[in-house]
Amino acid sequence: MVSILKADNLQVSVDGKPILKGVSFEIAQGQVHALMGPNGSGKSTLAYALVGHPKYEITGGSISIDDVVLNELDPCERARKGLFLAFQYPVTIPGVKVADFLRHAVSNIRNPDRKEGEGLIPMREFRKELRSRMDELGMDPDFARRYLNEGFSGGEKKRMEILQLAMLKPKFAILDETDSGLDSDAVRVVSEGLQKLCGPEMGVLIITHHERLLEYNVPQHTHVMLAGRIVETGDASLASELHSSGYAGVRERHPAEAAEELVDKSVAGSIVEPATV
Amino acid sequence: MSTDLQTADPSDVGVGEYKYGFHDPTDNYVFKSRKGIDREIVYQISALKNEPEWMRDYRLKALDIFFKKPMPNWGGDMSELDFQDIFYYVRASAGQEKSWDDVPEDIRKTYDRLGIPEAEKKYLAGVKAQYESEVVYGSLQEDLVKRGVVFTDTDSAVRDYPELVKEYFGTVIPSTDNKFAALNSAVWSGGSFIYVPKGVHIEFPLQAYFRINTENMGQFERTLIIVDEGASIHYVEGCTAPTYSSESLHSAVVEIIVKRGARCRYTTIQNWSNNVYNLVTKRAMAYGDSLMEWVDGNLGSKLTMKYPAIYLMEPGARGETLSIAFAGEGQHQDAGAKMVHCAPNTSSRIISKSISKGGGRSSYRGLVKVIKGAENCKSNVVCDALILDSESRSDTYPYIEIDQENVAIEHEASVSKIAEDQLLYLMSRGMTESEASAMIVTGFIEPLVKELPMEYAVEMNRLIELQMEGSVG
Repeated sequence: MVSILKADNLQVSVDGKPILKGVSFEIAQGQVHALMGPNGSGKSTLAYALVGHPKYEITGGSISIDDVVLNELDPCERARKGLFLAFQYPVTIPGVKVADFLRHAVSNIRNPDRKEGEGLIPMREFRKELRSRMDELGMDPDFARRYLNEGFSGGEKKRMEILQLAMLKPKFAILDETDSGLDSDAVRVVSEGLQKLCGPEMGVLIITHHERLLEYNVPQHTHVMLAGRIVETGDASLASELHSSGYAGVRERHPAEAAEELVDKSVAGSIVEPATV
Repeated sequence: MSTDLQTADPSDVGVGEYKYGFHDPTDNYVFKSRKGIDREIVYQISALKNEPEWMRDYRLKALDIFFKKPMPNWGGDMSELDFQDIFYYVRASAGQEKSWDDVPEDIRKTYDRLGIPEAEKKYLAGVKAQYESEVVYGSLQEDLVKRGVVFTDTDSAVRDYPELVKEYFGTVIPSTDNKFAALNSAVWSGGSFIYVPKGVHIEFPLQAYFRINTENMGQFERTLIIVDEGASIHYVEGCTAPTYSSESLHSAVVEIIVKRGARCRYTTIQNWSNNVYNLVTKRAMAYGDSLMEWVDGNLGSKLTMKYPAIYLMEPGARGETLSIAFAGEGQHQDAGAKMVHCAPNTSSRIISKSISKGGGRSSYRGLVKVIKGAENCKSNVVCDALILDSESRSDTYPYIEIDQENVAIEHEASVSKIAEDQLLYLMSRGMTESEASAMIVTGFIEPLVKELPMEYAVEMNRLIELQMEGSVG
């Protein structure tokens, strides 16, 4: 059975300020969706709200996988139901080795009923799998012994997110600006890495400003967000149009949201989505 | 040696409370002094031990000093500590045994539960098990005996090695040092006496295990370690006690002499129950080109005040203290280190990591002192504190006294809280909130834990995980 990740009229506030004002979409396993939109339109808010960041309060509507509503579940429970976010800004966890972290993560995701302290995936099996995934992504095996994201370059951090994606094999992956802040070589590595992982088992939502990631991973659906709403949905050609001519056309076609965007920006834009481009 | 998180993954964890809080019956004890402290008690202890007169006199002098010294007016709250409500000497069994089979059953079972005989078989070169006031079991590998290594309890050493004891006892920490050192000097019992002859390297650790069983017990072991020129040793001590509603007192004195070119590492994993005052004086003298290391893990007790010191006596001496403190509910860990540079070209390093949770309080209290004439000294101090919730507290009291120019002294301190975005990150990878917190804490102390031999690293991680259990709802 193909699983469906669904947002239905989703409304989300941060510190009492409404950011998402009714977002709806459906992503099936095996599909690639692109989410585009100017800074401050609510893309990262959507990503955080989907995985259950406690600061992002759902004030209306719902998130569900196959009609199981996730609204009240914490990030751990959502992850175990098959959601994954490749973070735009992965945090550093000092003293925690990549391999140890991933072994716990893999054990939890593959055995969603696992309780803290219960057995982990066998070491030998895990190491073998980790080594071959790292090999595929062109990563130095020494990475496994480094502390998670500590002293990593921007490119290394993003590659680490893709490695996690490869190991955890979620039903649904959200990639928040995974290609931002990288040089073109690093973007290529990440794009190719994602391309290898995409398949009938994984639904993907790619949040991006850039074209490259979408060249390697052509979306069947492109959504455009403006002022907390999805204002247009099209195919891959919509993504190309936005790349070549920017958001002026979108704003012209949706004057009400464009006006709202100006109001929002002065209040919340920089808080929820630090400028990246 | 490094340790992986997964090696510490506890299979026997399932209780959120202190695991070693059980106690044995005490009705079959050989001897128990009445409560309280006075000259009569000191005479009694000395007589029971059949001590030479010089030691009895030493005790009596120390008792006078104890009475004269005021209580410290800094550190932790000792207002509930009543010196007259404590048993100062309790002997549970007739003597020290060389085989676990000869140790009385209740006591043997206790050590079985603590895993000591098993650890002894696997990775220790020698063991002393102190139960209440006396050592009840002792062992040392045969080849070390042949090479002249002495590992005995300090009472036996007074009898069997009087010259060595007379030469060094009380020279590193005199009775006048502080109130609790004076108290220990008056009523001390048990503890380890170790002599490592010139050039002898002891490959595996020697371990002492201290257990308090009686309610309102005072345990006052006295340890003296002499590492002769070019020799090396790793000594480890562990401590636990039953959980009682009233307080017990543990007040040890540990004196160490590390001679020219020798190395000594002293590791403590202190896991007293939360009704124990742990007020300990530890000090080492490090001579030319020697290395002294304290690895000090403080997880248990109601109040710990302990600042292992190293006096760097001759050029080339190095001192290092790695300190981990975990203060949970109702606990105050006032821990730290002292480095005193008494000679030129000496170096020291202090790394302190503390964690406070559930209203616990941890303090780093440290001293780096360079006396006049000790030029070209180096000292580096790093103390990091992690606070897990808003009820908990962390303080730093760094003292630096420099009486010499041309020295390099560095001090860094940081205080952090577990960040919401770190928790989110780990939870979004399937970790529960408590698993995520434990992972962050384990990572925080990893730079220290990886310095430990693997067995102790596993133990430390396991204890931290126990402390962390139920810490988040």
